[in-house]
Amino acid sequence: MSALTVLNPVGFPPKVSRQTPAPRLDGLDGKTVYLVDCRFDDSDIFLSQMQAWFAQHLPRVQTVVKRISNVYLHDDPTTWEEIKARGSAAILGVGH
Amino acid sequence: MTLETRYGVPTVAVHTDKFDRVVRSVAQVNGMPGLRQVFVPQPIMGKTPAELRAYVDGADPITGRPVMQEVIEGLTRPFEADELGPTEFDRSTPRLVPADTEDNLHRLFVENRWTDMLPIVLPTEARVAEMLRHTKRQPDEIVGRMRSTHFREHWAYSVEKVAANAVMAGARPEYFPVILALAATGVTARGSSSSAVAGMAVVNGPVRHELGMNAGTGAMGPYNHANATIGRAYGLLSQNGQGGSVPGLSYMGNQGNSYAYNSVTFAENEERSPWEPFHVQHGLRPGDSAVSVFSSVRSTAFTLGLREKHWREHVRNLLRGIDPNGPPTLLLDPIAARQFVDRGGFTKKDALLDWLHDNALMPAGEYWDYQLVQNYIYPRATFGEEPWATKLKAAPDALIPMFRREDIHVVVVGGETNGYWRIMGCNYQKTVAVDDWR
Repeated sequence: MSALTVLNPVGFPPKVSRQTPAPRLDGLDGKTVYLVDCRFDDSDIFLSQMQAWFAQHLPRVQTVVKRISNVYLHDDPTTWEEIKARGSAAILGVGH
Repeated sequence: MTLETRYGVPTVAVHTDKFDRVVRSVAQVNGMPGLRQVFVPQPIMGKTPAELRAYVDGADPITGRPVMQEVIEGLTRPFEADELGPTEFDRSTPRLVPADTEDNLHRLFVENRWTDMLPIVLPTEARVAEMLRHTKRQPDEIVGRMRSTHFREHWAYSVEKVAANAVMAGARPEYFPVILALAATGVTARGSSSSAVAGMAVVNGPVRHELGMNAGTGAMGPYNHANATIGRAYGLLSQNGQGGSVPGLSYMGNQGNSYAYNSVTFAENEERSPWEPFHVQHGLRPGDSAVSVFSSVRSTAFTLGLREKHWREHVRNLLRGIDPNGPPTLLLDPIAARQFVDRGGFTKKDALLDWLHDNALMPAGEYWDYQLVQNYIYPRATFGEEPWATKLKAAPDALIPMFRREDIHVVVVGGETNGYWRIMGCNYQKTVAVDDWR
């Protein structure tokens, strides 16, 4: 069989640049951690259980369960501003 | 990622384990391969609080380590240099595949998941060049961009890339302007939703006859070369143009969807329709040729004709049978279309659309309890978006419209072998002129 030359059918990806994550915390004691409900399936129930875990095991950590304002497909600057102003860290759930 | 990078808040994302490859891949292509992610078992939906507490107390099914230990470490353990990834990486796509034998190339295309697992025509330079002769557009012109889901990055594709996929689908070169118009919509026919979606494409105008497309008997089935291969090309250019549609990685449809083989592509039966063509409803002239694309094609309901005594109830039953998050597009055989005119007096399509909106009703309590309504509509209602914010005020027993009026559509297709008609639950996206791509 002779060799054939064919075209690659795959599109062109964008260039990826590294994003810098936020610095980690020294510890969580005395800090406020936001548990952010992405409003998908029963994530609110799951995060309530995680909040109960914190109360039981790390009572010096304050937790706030916060629902995002709209569908998870939308950006939510109001919520992000609140977390930045009043919280030290965030746990987002539950993604799929 | 927004919280981390734009607001400087250390964050951990919790996902279900079925999505581990997807979310790691999404983090990588967004420049944060080391994003702290923790996994719990699938599903979350329908579990009791006690069962979900067991998830919290339990182990991450991917790493085997305690979930909460990973969460806390994710917020407190500094990043190592190798977690951050390279400063920049460029994933170029070569124009050509290294030369090889025909058999080896066919194997390579399957192994790379560049096909729909049916045999393809290899896109040789000669075949692609012949396809390119049927448009005035330059081969390197970017036609559009697609992505498989909201969180992924858009990939771009050129006229030549679209031509390669058209060749692979077995399309004849004269079909190319229609395929380019589909590509220009930027609407993928390979969405990765776990709800297992497909695309749908309706062709209107003179191009239907130029290409010998079928709007009659068997129009949506495997009986017409143009319908079949244009639709297949739409699927292939979507999966390849957007950079892939790989189960577990960039495709998460739980059951898959056989409509995706040719993206339900057909011509509207304008000549036998009692109403104006679909593309004219959407701003084009009757003499224009156009493609209209729909996404999230999932559910189908069907019936035969409209009975004199109870047709209203029968139509309402069909409408109630589809999920409220997948609005109805009626695909009417011309016999059924004329029955809607005769029985209901819908001499204008708008009157029929109004009636469908006003009759697709459901008790508010049932409506808001649908899982997809909870996921995708309830948050918009609580955000204040209309008409959902007003619907949210209804008493649980009050009947409320299941769909927005603007999301309901009607297309006429079929060969009048009988008056069967169906409802596709799907989302109309846009209409693009074919003539711009000749």
